[in-house]
Amino acid sequence: MEEVIRAENLTKVFNKNIIAVDHINFSVYEGEIFGFLGPNGAGKTTTINMLTTVLKPTEGTASILGFDIVKQANEVRKVIGVVPQEYTADEDLTGYENIMLCADLYGVPRDIARKRALELLELVNLIEFKDKRVETYSGGMRRRLELACGLINRPKILFLDEPTLGLDVQTRAAIWDYIRHLKEEYDMTIFMTTHYLEEADALCNRIAIIDHGKIIANGSPNELKDSLGGDIITITIKENADVTDIISSIEKVKEVKKENNTYRIKAESGEVTAPIIIEALRQKGYTILRLSVSEPTLNEVYLEYTGRAIRDTEESKESIITQRIILRRARGR
Amino acid sequence: MSPKTNECHPSFIRGLWALTYRELKKWLNDPIMLIMFILQPLIWMGLLGKSLNIQGLFSAGNINLPPQIPIPGSAIIYPPGVSQVILNGTWFSQLFANMGINIMQRTFGVTDYFSYMAIGMVSMIVVTATMFSGMSIVWDRRLGFLDKVISTPVSRATIIFSKILNSTLRAMFQASVILALAYILGLQLSSNFTIINIIGIYAAIFLLSTGLSSIFLAVSIRATRMERPMQIVNLIIMPLMFSSNIFFPISMMPEWLQPIASANPLTYLTDAIRQLTILPLDISALIIDFIYLSVFAIILAIIGIVLSWKYLVK
Repeated sequence: MEEVIRAENLTKVFNKNIIAVDHINFSVYEGEIFGFLGPNGAGKTTTINMLTTVLKPTEGTASILGFDIVKQANEVRKVIGVVPQEYTADEDLTGYENIMLCADLYGVPRDIARKRALELLELVNLIEFKDKRVETYSGGMRRRLELACGLINRPKILFLDEPTLGLDVQTRAAIWDYIRHLKEEYDMTIFMTTHYLEEADALCNRIAIIDHGKIIANGSPNELKDSLGGDIITITIKENADVTDIISSIEKVKEVKKENNTYRIKAESGEVTAPIIIEALRQKGYTILRLSVSEPTLNEVYLEYTGRAIRDTEESKESIITQRIILRRARGR
Repeated sequence: MSPKTNECHPSFIRGLWALTYRELKKWLNDPIMLIMFILQPLIWMGLLGKSLNIQGLFSAGNINLPPQIPIPGSAIIYPPGVSQVILNGTWFSQLFANMGINIMQRTFGVTDYFSYMAIGMVSMIVVTATMFSGMSIVWDRRLGFLDKVISTPVSRATIIFSKILNSTLRAMFQASVILALAYILGLQLSSNFTIINIIGIYAAIFLLSTGLSSIFLAVSIRATRMERPMQIVNLIIMPLMFSSNIFFPISMMPEWLQPIASANPLTYLTDAIRQLTILPLDISALIIDFIYLSVFAIILAIIGIVLSWKYLVK
């Protein structure tokens, strides 16, 4: 697989003392959806701003399709599409006018731009609203328009910053479908940030967990979950006997906890291991009453690596808000 | 993979027009703001310009001497044989009125104050229009639009120039409206006013608004909220107006204020427009006005563009 984004020691320090992104290294390969997962203020947007040439890194660099983000910023800008987390479409213009504005900024030839704008509006199901002003659009419609705008130059790499921020659950799932569909249609690599675990899980081929400006873990969602020691298998047997030894002798079983006749087993690839356990117990003449296999969620992964749940904002809400305000100010907002 | 993936040819002119068109469209979509902007100088012009009826002070009706004025014996040494002198009051009233016209002419260059002041209001709208329209960049930044534009291959210069062009076009448009309204309300054009003068007026407005909007762009591009540039504008506009020849000629100002007023670019814009509309054209004065406005525009545009550039390429 070809490497399309490569970050080396990428660092951004605001106002000489606020380290937003701290010497991060990562690679993104062609055709994948790579996600940056982390809480607000972790440095996700700052990273995306550096990769999309909005901000200059303080230290280190990154290359996009071989173009350096600082020295060849203009080349980078031509091959990427950017969908920021804010709604940037102009409310006073129509959807179509907004896309054409983007086309003008990218310098897409007019005849191609007109055709493409209609095609994109069709793809995101906004064609019947194309001549309506954006101020009449709903949140989901605006997000779809932003997606369409980000694709007007047929980017090879699309950057999505919090693509479903603030949307309700159904709209969010719909946006995910659009993203998947557009990726297939245009054969792109996607770099996205999110602080929704479900989103990272549903969309990303690979994830980097970022916290306090550092990448603390990365891999596919399944690898990350596996790194916790695998799935949880829960078995209840009929007999009042201790079968801990039988179970723990099986390969891939990491940990067994007994509670009356119920065993909580931590094992790698639970779907495969569970039948082996059943087989072993049956051979010894035990009767299995109940069995369940559950995968660890990204939430547990997140908890493991950052030491706090992503939604556990109660104790750290204030610090996150403060951090966010600081970062926003530092970014000059 | 599509072979046509990358045919981006960002051009300065196309980007400039796209960004300027966007702003003009936003602005035209908001007729209430447009009316508010024009209303303010219109009120100044209509109320202050008409109520400060300075030429009326000197009119024959206002002086109103009795037709016959007997001079008492003590005021004059009569020649022998004459016991009383009676002056023709009507004649004296007329004399004073003529002196009044002369004073108006020497002070304001025109005989009616409204014409003088209306042109001042044209300058005022140029200043307010440029200052306020520069602030749209604060919104662009807060809404993330600016970051998005920066991530496109359009050049940074395009972004800066589109803002300046937008302010300048707005200033020109609003100035045209005010001039037209002033004409309807009784502005007296000089006899040598021609269509060519209009080009001169636009050139002068273009110079001042380019300079002012560049510097205001540099101020507001760094502002995190709307309030800051607003306060700066409000703070600056009043002293800028009163230390210029918008309301009153510099020659009548106290001595300490005269050098300030002579440095005020508004003075030169106002004078240039007055030369081109109501005054008997004084070519040398007009040339000085244009030289000053050009130097002012060039210096401020350079400072403003350099500062904005530095900020955009952060």
